[in-house]
Amino acid sequence: MRQDRQPVLLVIDPKDNVAVALRDLAPGTEVRLSIRGRVRRISVLERIPVNHKLAIARIRRGAAVVKYGEPIGEATTTIRPGSHVHIHNLQSRRVRPRKQ
Amino acid sequence: MKPSETIRAYLRADGGVGVRNYVAVMPTVACANDVAERIAEGIQGARPLLHHQGCGQLQSDLIQVERTLIGLATNGNVGAVILVSLGCEGVNVDRVYAAIEQIGRPVSRVNIQDLGGSRRAIWRGRVACRAMVAACRRVRRTTVGLDRLIVGIKCGASDMTSGLASNPAVGKMVDALVARGGTVIVGETTEFLGAEHLLVRRATTPGVARAIRRITKAMQQRALAAGGDMLGGQPSQGNIEGGITTIEEKSLGAVSKAGTATIQGVLEYAERPAGSGLYLMDGPGFEPQALTGLVAAGAQVLVFSTGRGAPQGFPLAPVVKVSGNPTTCRHLRAHIDVDVSEVLARGSAVPAAGQRILAAVCAAASGKVMRAERAGYDRTLDIYTRGPFV
Repeated sequence: MRQDRQPVLLVIDPKDNVAVALRDLAPGTEVRLSIRGRVRRISVLERIPVNHKLAIARIRRGAAVVKYGEPIGEATTTIRPGSHVHIHNLQSRRVRPRKQ
Repeated sequence: MKPSETIRAYLRADGGVGVRNYVAVMPTVACANDVAERIAEGIQGARPLLHHQGCGQLQSDLIQVERTLIGLATNGNVGAVILVSLGCEGVNVDRVYAAIEQIGRPVSRVNIQDLGGSRRAIWRGRVACRAMVAACRRVRRTTVGLDRLIVGIKCGASDMTSGLASNPAVGKMVDALVARGGTVIVGETTEFLGAEHLLVRRATTPGVARAIRRITKAMQQRALAAGGDMLGGQPSQGNIEGGITTIEEKSLGAVSKAGTATIQGVLEYAERPAGSGLYLMDGPGFEPQALTGLVAAGAQVLVFSTGRGAPQGFPLAPVVKVSGNPTTCRHLRAHIDVDVSEVLARGSAVPAAGQRILAAVCAAASGKVMRAERAGYDRTLDIYTRGPFV
């Protein structure tokens, strides 16, 4: 397993349950995360493209996904730490996709 | 670099302060632009404020133009004003003149039709302009606190790095300045859409919360009436490929430049804030119109967050240009004042980047020449109006 020394995740607010990948992350990568001085390790479960979101906590179905310290929508399925968070498992509470 | 707790600024008769000391040569209508430009030509310290409004507009728009002209003329960065009028414009020049005079700003009028044409108007204007510039030069900077500062915030030519690095860093600067008693104005109603329910929670009173809902709803309705939709199709396909999933996320990236302070009020375009702290302004995102509204509301310094690199400044106020995009910071080096690309390159702390932006704001306020000023990329101004030209 590869160990990254350089920070590869950006956590914008300490309340966030997602982080932003600072580079493309491959599955199996072990990433270090420091929030309020506490260091944690998260194993990346799937490919995360640069600037995309990675869950850093377990997010239950229907719970808020938090970035910038604010809800950016809700999880449409339970999301495990290390997972890619995007349109397949996160939807807006503001604008729902139109029913086909 | 640690931000200073004081700045060196010009004290004005109305109690405000300025960080620049210009003579504003201000046409009251677009038809007077040529004369205003010639009056200011070659006179160091004189700034022609050319625009495209002032006549052939609905009364509500003319009132907004008057408010903007008065606001620009009485901005702390202006030491004296020359109003250049054609003579028959829709703007009520007497009213504009009286408002500027009442605030204690030296003001002089040049009326092209009364003076018998452009040659005499230019000559008369230049005589007045030289005398005003000389009088302004006698004013010296004094030490004042950051509580006297009004900073306007804007972002433009945004990309993924804006919402992740430069906007949050600017937000930290906003919080730090508000904590020191300063005033910050954030415009661009379009950007609040999608995050307005979150902004509403930060309103100081229910009335301010209602005003935030009112301006965002009105913006969306104006777009719908014109056949557009501000929320439909958001975030865009390009945003989604870039990693943005929801409209809340996109808007939060944009409004993160407003920090986390309590929202004290919602201002009309070009309206002066009544107190200190954080204010929202109901205005457009279009750069020249947005910056004009902020400066007319009293902002002496503008902070501009950019991703791809927007080079423009403003005729009356220094612009502190901030970018978190390493390519832009390299490629458009001559236009970026604060490089915060370390946030994304090394995941380094956003608060530290915010402190560096505040330090740059203090330096600009105390007279340091910003990149847009040095490049002379700071001539454009435009007044926002809503109705048709008639």
